[in-house]
Amino acid sequence: MTSDTAASLSISVTALTKTYGDFFALNNVSIDVKAGEFLTLLGPSGSGKTTLLMAIAGFNRPDSGRICFGDDDVTVLPPHKRGVGMVFQNYALFPHMSVFENVAFPLKLRKIAADEKHRRVTEALKTVQLSDFSERGIDQLSGGQRQRVALARAFVFGPKILLMDEPLSALDKKLREEMQIELKQLHRQLGVTTVYVTHDQREALTMSDRIAVINDGELAQVGTPRDIYNAPASHFVASFIGESSFVPLTRDKAGALLYDGAKIAKAPENRSPGNGGERNWSLVIRPERLSLQPPKAGKTASKIQFHGHITELVYQGETAIVMIRLKDGQMLTARMNTRAGDDVDTLAIGQQLTVAIDKKDMIIIPGEAQ
Amino acid sequence: MTRSADDSMGALNAGKLRAAERRESITTLALSLPAIIAVCVVIVIPVGWLFSLSFLDSSGQLSLVNYQKMIEYKSYMRVFRTTFNVSFLTTFLCILIGYPLAYFLSQVPKKYVGLLMLTVLLPFWTSLLVRTYAWLVMLQRNGLINNFAIDLGIWDTPVKLAHNLNGTLIGMVHIMLPFLVLPLYAAMRRIDRQALQAAANLGATPVQAFWQIFVPLSLPGVVAGSLIVFVLCLGFYVTPAVLGGGKVILVSMQITAILEDQFNWGAASALGVVLLVATFIVLLVASRFLKLDAVMFGRR
Repeated sequence: MTSDTAASLSISVTALTKTYGDFFALNNVSIDVKAGEFLTLLGPSGSGKTTLLMAIAGFNRPDSGRICFGDDDVTVLPPHKRGVGMVFQNYALFPHMSVFENVAFPLKLRKIAADEKHRRVTEALKTVQLSDFSERGIDQLSGGQRQRVALARAFVFGPKILLMDEPLSALDKKLREEMQIELKQLHRQLGVTTVYVTHDQREALTMSDRIAVINDGELAQVGTPRDIYNAPASHFVASFIGESSFVPLTRDKAGALLYDGAKIAKAPENRSPGNGGERNWSLVIRPERLSLQPPKAGKTASKIQFHGHITELVYQGETAIVMIRLKDGQMLTARMNTRAGDDVDTLAIGQQLTVAIDKKDMIIIPGEAQ
Repeated sequence: MTRSADDSMGALNAGKLRAAERRESITTLALSLPAIIAVCVVIVIPVGWLFSLSFLDSSGQLSLVNYQKMIEYKSYMRVFRTTFNVSFLTTFLCILIGYPLAYFLSQVPKKYVGLLMLTVLLPFWTSLLVRTYAWLVMLQRNGLINNFAIDLGIWDTPVKLAHNLNGTLIGMVHIMLPFLVLPLYAAMRRIDRQALQAAANLGATPVQAFWQIFVPLSLPGVVAGSLIVFVLCLGFYVTPAVLGGGKVILVSMQITAILEDQFNWGAASALGVVLLVATFIVLLVASRFLKLDAVMFGRR
C-alpha cells in the first residue's frame, strides 16, 4: 500500500464527525496514534469508540474529517484496500473453512505462493499456540482458541496497523486476563500499531501505551494509563476509570480551595474546561490511597484527615472495602489491605474512625461533585 | 413435607422425582397425539392401501403384472424421464431467479423486508388454479405476452409459449419460486455480516467476498430450497397439466390418464408407488451428502 518498509504506520484522525440522524456518534474527533503504539479507545457502550474504529477500518463512512495512515490519506479508500488487520468482537471466522484456511485466506487473496503461504500460516499459528489445530473446523474450537485464530488471521499478512474491537469480551474472566498479557506480548513482538476498543477500564489500564477516553462521541482525555488514573481531567474520566469518591470543595476569594473550612490547595490554573475560573471544584479520592489513622493521631501538614463512621464492610480477599459516612453526610470509600496485622480485621460497622489521604495523592477536578 | 414409605428404601425422594419426570414426558407425548392420528388417517392408511392395490391384477389376484408392464412399455420410462428432467430444469431455473432475489431481500434493511416479502408471498396465497389459468391467458398465441412482444418488435410471429415445455416451465417456476426463496432468505439472514466485513478487511474485493464467503455460507439454504422444489415438482399435477397442454406428460398426469381411460387402479397405484420410492431415493441421496434435518430446520 505504501513504500514505507517499517513494521508499523502511524494513524492520524482529524476532525472526524459521524452522525446517525440527529445523533452525533463522533463529534469532531482528532487523534494521532504513533507508529508502533498500543492505543486503547475506552468508553461506555454507545460512546462512539466502535464507530471510530470502524471508520479507521473503512466500514463506515464519516460525514466529514480525514483519516491518514502514515502519509497516505485513506478517508475514501474501501476497506479491502486499506491493508489493516482487524479482530472482530465475535471473531467473524469463516465457518466453512478450517483453521488453516481461515488464516491462509488473506495470503490466498494476495496470491502468495503455496510453500511461502504454508510457512507463514504455520508460523502465525505457532505464535498463537495453535500449531496442532490447523486442520480443525471452527466449530471444534473453544472461545479462546477461536480468538487466537482470529488474531493469527489478522496479523499473518503483515499489516502495519492492527485493529481490535472488544476481542476479549466473550471470554471468561480468567482467560481474558491471560489473553490480555498475551496480546501485549504479541504487540511487543510484532511492533505493529494497534488500536484496541474496550469498555473495560482495567483491560485498558493493563494493555495500553496510551488510552483515549471517549464519551458521547467526543474525546474526554488522552494519556498514558498513569496519567489517566492519577490525573483524570474531568468527573467522567475520574468515575469511569477506577473507583472514586468525590468531595466538594469551596473556593475562597484568594483562589484557595477549602474543605471543611481548612485550606487544602490552591485552585489549579489553566485546567480545562473551567480554566481556573471555575467556582466549584471537587476532590477525587481513590479508595486505595486512603489510609487508616490511629485514633489519637495529630494533624499533619502533608495529609488531609476525614472523620466518620463505618457503614459497610466488604471483604474481597486481597483487599477489603470500607464505606465511611463523614460527619457532614459525605460518603467515602476506602480500600484496605488484608495482610495479617493490618487493622482491617479489627474494624466493625458503626465504628468511628479517621482516614487520611496524602496531599500528593489528591486529585482536584473542576465541577461540582455529582 | 413428609417422607413417604417408598422413599425410605432408596435415595431421598427418588421415586417421586422419577414419577414426576414420567408424567411430564407422557403429557408432552399426548400433545402430538392429534397429529399422529391425522398422519395415520390421511397418509399411512391411504398409501398403504395404494401399495397393496399395486400388487393386484385386474382380477384381484396377487401379481407383479403392474410393475412388469412398467418395465416392458417404453412409454412409462419416458414419462419418468420427463418428470425428472422437468423437475430438474424447474429447480435450476428457480435457483437462477431465486438466488438474486433472496440476496436482495437479505441485504435490504429489515423494515422493508415485510413489504417486499409480501410481494413474494402474495401469489402464494392465490389459488393455484387461478394462477395457472392466468398464465395460460398470458402465454397463449394471442395472449398478453405475444401481443406485447410483437408490438414492441421483439419477435414477429407469435411464439408458442403455452401447451408445451415452455409453458410448463414458466408456470412451474413461478409457482415453486417461494419454496426456494423462503428457506434461502432465512439462510442468508443467518450469515454473519461481520464475516463479510472480515473478508473485506483481509483484502477481498466485494466480488471475492461474495463468491468465497457469502455463496458457500448460503449453500445450505440453496440445498434446502432446491430439495423442497424438486420433490414438490416430482408430484406436481395442475400446472403442468394445464400449461403443458398434453405435450409434456409427467407421472402425475399419467396416473390420472390411466385412471380415467382404463379405470386401472392397480397400474395407477404401481406408478404412484414408484414415484414415491423415487422421491425417497432423492431424499436419501441428499441426506448422504448433508445433514437433512439441519438443512431443513436451519443450522447455526
